[in-house]
Amino acid sequence: MSQTPVSSPRFGMRMNATGIISGLIILCWAVIAVIGPTFAPHAPGDIVDFDFFGPMSEQLWLGSDYLGRDIFSRILLGTRYTVGISFGAVCIACFSGVVLGMTAAVTGGYFDTILSRVLDALNSIPSKLFGLVMVAAIGSSIPVLVILLAVIYTPGSYRFARALAVNCNTMDYVAVARARGEKTLYLIFQEILPNITGPVLADLGLRFVFIVLLLSGLSFLGLGVQPPNADWGSLVKENIGGLAFAAPAVIAPCLAIASLTISVNLLIDNLPVKIRDRS
Amino acid sequence: MPGQMTLLVLGRLGVTLLTLLIVSFVVFGATLLLPGDVVEILLGQAATPEAVAGLREAMHLDSPALVRYGQWLLGMAQGDFGMSYANNMPIADMIGGRLANTLRLAAVTSAIAVPLALFLGVTTAMYRGSSYDRMVTAAIVSVISVPEFLIATFAVLVFAVWLKWLPALSLANEVQGFGQLLKVFAMPVITLTFVISAQMIRMTRAAVIDALKMPYVEMALLKGASPTRMVLRHALPNAIGPIANAIALSLSYLLGGVIIVETIFNYPGIAKLMVDAVSTRDLPLIQSCAMIFCFGFLLLITIADIIAILSNPRLRK
Repeated sequence: MSQTPVSSPRFGMRMNATGIISGLIILCWAVIAVIGPTFAPHAPGDIVDFDFFGPMSEQLWLGSDYLGRDIFSRILLGTRYTVGISFGAVCIACFSGVVLGMTAAVTGGYFDTILSRVLDALNSIPSKLFGLVMVAAIGSSIPVLVILLAVIYTPGSYRFARALAVNCNTMDYVAVARARGEKTLYLIFQEILPNITGPVLADLGLRFVFIVLLLSGLSFLGLGVQPPNADWGSLVKENIGGLAFAAPAVIAPCLAIASLTISVNLLIDNLPVKIRDRS
Repeated sequence: MPGQMTLLVLGRLGVTLLTLLIVSFVVFGATLLLPGDVVEILLGQAATPEAVAGLREAMHLDSPALVRYGQWLLGMAQGDFGMSYANNMPIADMIGGRLANTLRLAAVTSAIAVPLALFLGVTTAMYRGSSYDRMVTAAIVSVISVPEFLIATFAVLVFAVWLKWLPALSLANEVQGFGQLLKVFAMPVITLTFVISAQMIRMTRAAVIDALKMPYVEMALLKGASPTRMVLRHALPNAIGPIANAIALSLSYLLGGVIIVETIFNYPGIAKLMVDAVSTRDLPLIQSCAMIFCFGFLLLITIADIIAILSNPRLRK
């Protein structure tokens, strides 16, 4: 972590330029994911160029793909798949991971031990491998992908949240609340959660990057989002044949992925220490 | 009387075995998720009921899932991986040569990546805050945050398309002589080296910086030791444990990389075999490959943890 001391009294008051720029890029992709396809100059499925792997031009801003479709429009629509699926998956993963983690930390005992052991074992299956096996078994569709990615990244989120909650659990105010006779649910949501929100959100961002990477990887292998739909990973796969002529059709989706994931990483690295602090 | 350290190591090995068991359960469980009957999928719609029943019996699909799981696990422990659905060959034969190819790729990559990462990790820690350090760190963040296929794509773009030094595809069975070997391995190895060195440099840098913060390093500085000597003689020996741990851990990243790299470069390794098996839904083959991968992964992680235990001097008696 960088050593610049940031002592901001409030959220976002003192963020450096890198953080702000990466935040803007993320915001931009989020907006595109929601309203982008309505601004697409061409329908994503239409063949608009007689040539394939066409160069950038006034009509086709980022050239055409292997069938002569407009890459710019396809990236706009692909944003929705990449960002949407990843965001859905990361929300489910973090919600279940954090709730289970806090419950395990507060309850302790056998529940904690068994859950931790099983989730650690799941965590030790390499994510790409897990994805391959599951896609082989149940096939690939968008709901399946969301659930699969969520399941793969729940153990990591659980482990992180549990470690934070265990620290929190030893605090006096938790002991006081327990002595008052509060129930587990109250302890979790009223006493623990407000005190771990910052790090949990930073973790959510990191996990979002992992999910985007895994989703793109699976799509690249042809196991993620299925044609005719295409996320950024599928766009790279579809147009990989254009690599030999350095076609914009393959480079543009690559840049899209890189800009999103690098921005999220940089934003998290440049968050004020108060939010990011993971100790 | 076994020491504390022996107990810790044994405990860690126990955890690994337990994990492997849970992993095998999950991998086997994936077969049960398959919608429809495996036999009917295999034989197609024109299958007669007799043929279906016959194949079911031949594949032992009539016994309960737990019994099949036991048989599968026992067979695997004895090196019998079963038969492939797609081409009815023993899986052990299909995997054999492919596994050697993948291991060769991994070995060449490690031989390049480990020294490179150590050098960059130690030097960035020595000159931390300098523009050299910031450049390397920025490169690492970029490499870590993009998917492996992107690195492969850019490697092809730079080395094969723009510089025209190397062929974009690699086929390991046409290797004659050292020069050709170099050409075939170059692209996959370059890509994998990027993928695993990034993590290794990051962790090595952190470990050396931690060691450099110790009072005895300050002491060495005060007595007039040169920066190089301070790092190599005083800080590095104490960072060996964390660094070895980082190396073992980073090598486990080879796995994710190898799946992508073998596919994109058409390298005839075990990961390519597995990805192909996914498209033909050849579950026994996928299961076997997955177990081999998980075994390798767990092995590396266990080694990393054991090194961490062994390198902690407080546990030595």
